[in-house]
Parts: sequence; structure tokens; C-alpha cells
Amino acid sequence: MNIADGVQVVSFAVLALMMLGAALGVVLLNNIVYSAFLLGLVFISISGLYILLNAGFVAAAQVLIYVGAVNVLILFGIMLVNKRQPFAPVRSAWLSKVATAVVCLGIFALLGTMVLATPWQLSTEAIAGDGALVKIGLHFFSDFLLPFELASVLLLMALIGAIVLARREYLPDELEEETVLTLPERPRELTSSGSRSNP
Amino acid sequence: MQLLMQLQYFLLLAAALFCIGIYGLVTSRNAIRVLMSIELLLNAVNLNLMAFSNFLDPAEVRGQVFTVFVITIAAAEAAVGLAIVLSIYRNRDTVDMEQFNLLKW
Repeated sequence: MNIADGVQVVSFAVLALMMLGAALGVVLLNNIVYSAFLLGLVFISISGLYILLNAGFVAAAQVLIYVGAVNVLILFGIMLVNKRQPFAPVRSAWLSKVATAVVCLGIFALLGTMVLATPWQLSTEAIAGDGALVKIGLHFFSDFLLPFELASVLLLMALIGAIVLARREYLPDELEEETVLTLPERPRELTSSGSRSNP
Repeated sequence: MQLLMQLQYFLLLAAALFCIGIYGLVTSRNAIRVLMSIELLLNAVNLNLMAFSNFLDPAEVRGQVFTVFVITIAAAEAAVGLAIVLSIYRNRDTVDMEQFNLLKW
């Protein structure tokens, strides 16, 4: 093992430990703001793993979109629904947690067995490396053109849908009531004078 | 042999992240934490795709194309999901998943 392989293995180990620890923090911590920031750490660790996998463009896109957009969006969501309420305890909550943990460990064991037992046919072609960006662009505009255009339409629909869902349907009518209460005579005079002057 | 072990390391790491995401998805009471768990699941799938793209298809990087698509869909999903959580919060005045039983028969 030369020094480049050693650096790769060590950085992989560091990134993997960081990612798993931060993901456990996201799931297990009580304070949800800490969870959101740890989610950003998960995204950054995964971006480092992408760089280890010779994919610089996707690593940059990961940092830009996930850390820059999705994580900030989640933080905004937390701030908008920031209600510190103690959740009402549910009957036998520990039982569901234990059952879920057992099922998750079972899934992990199944996936691990599958990964270790499958004879992967590794390719021996030259790695694209930095030329992957050109390859991705070629794929987008040749054989992945239809999904690319559909993704743009889907983004537009999701944007409009998110705005329609998150918009307040009605304005609170307290302001109108206040004006009515403070000026009780004015609207009647206006309507009466307006109805007189109209014909 | 070195490369083979590395592919399996990445796949095992993605499997672990997926299982953590499923655990959070099922056991979380806060709706926003459920959304964060879904992001963890999508990232685990992305890590799988990138590992396959690097080790099984390094010349034509189709896995990276799929990862870019998944990142796009995940951004749209996060926006719509948070909008839904906001509107539920306005209606029910809580983010507790146990009380979102309006559609339960």
C-alpha cells in the first residue's frame, strides 16, 4: 500500500465515522436545531466521500444544493414551527422503538450479507475523473434528455405547489374589525352618499 | 483486491446510513425530523449510486447522472414537504406525528 492508498483509506475512515456519528445525532438528539446542523455535517461528509469516488462535480452540487438549499430550508421550517411542546407520551413507546431498531438491524444484516456475497464485476476501464463533467453534460443532452426536461417541469410544479401550500389562505380579519370599530359611522355615510350620487 | 474491498466499504456505509434513516423515519415524533430522515435515506441511495458509478461504470458515468437527478428531486421534495408541514401546523397547531391522524380510518 503506497501513500496515496493510505491517505484514501484514512480519509475514508474519518469521513465514515463523522457521517455515521452525525446521522445518529440527527436521529437521536432531542433538540431539533442540533439535529438540523448535524444534518449539514452529514451532507458535507457525503460530499467528501464523493470526492474520494472521483466525482468532483457531484460533490460541489451536493454542497451547493443540500447544504446551501435543503438544510437552510429545513432550518427555516424549524424556525417557523418552533413550538417547544412536550409530546404526549404514547403507550408502549419503548416497544415500538426496540422493534424498529431490531428491524433496522435486520435490514442492515440483510444488505451487508448481500453486499459481501455478491461477486461484483469491477470494471477495468479508465476512470473519467475530471472529464466526468463533460460526460455528464453529454448524457444530459443525449440519452437522458427526456428525464432532464421532465425534471425541469417537475421543479416548476414543485415550486408552485410549495408556494400554494405554504401561503396563508385568508388574511386575518382583525385589522378590518379594528377599522370598523374605530370608525363606526364612516362606511354608512360613504355608502349612502355613494348610492345617492350614483343615479 | 484493494478496489473490491473499497466498493464493499462504500456499500456497507450506505446500508448503515439507510438503516439509521429508516429508524429515524419510523420513531420520530417531530414531523420535521421525519423530513430530515427522508433526506438521510436519499443520501444513502446517492452514495450507492456514486459507488457503483466509480467502480462498475467509470468511463460512462451514468451513476453520477442519476445522482444529479436524485438531488434535484430531493430538493423539490424538501420544499413541498416543508410546505405541507407548515400547512398542517397551521391547521392542527402541532407537529406531533401521533396527532396527524385525520385520514386514519
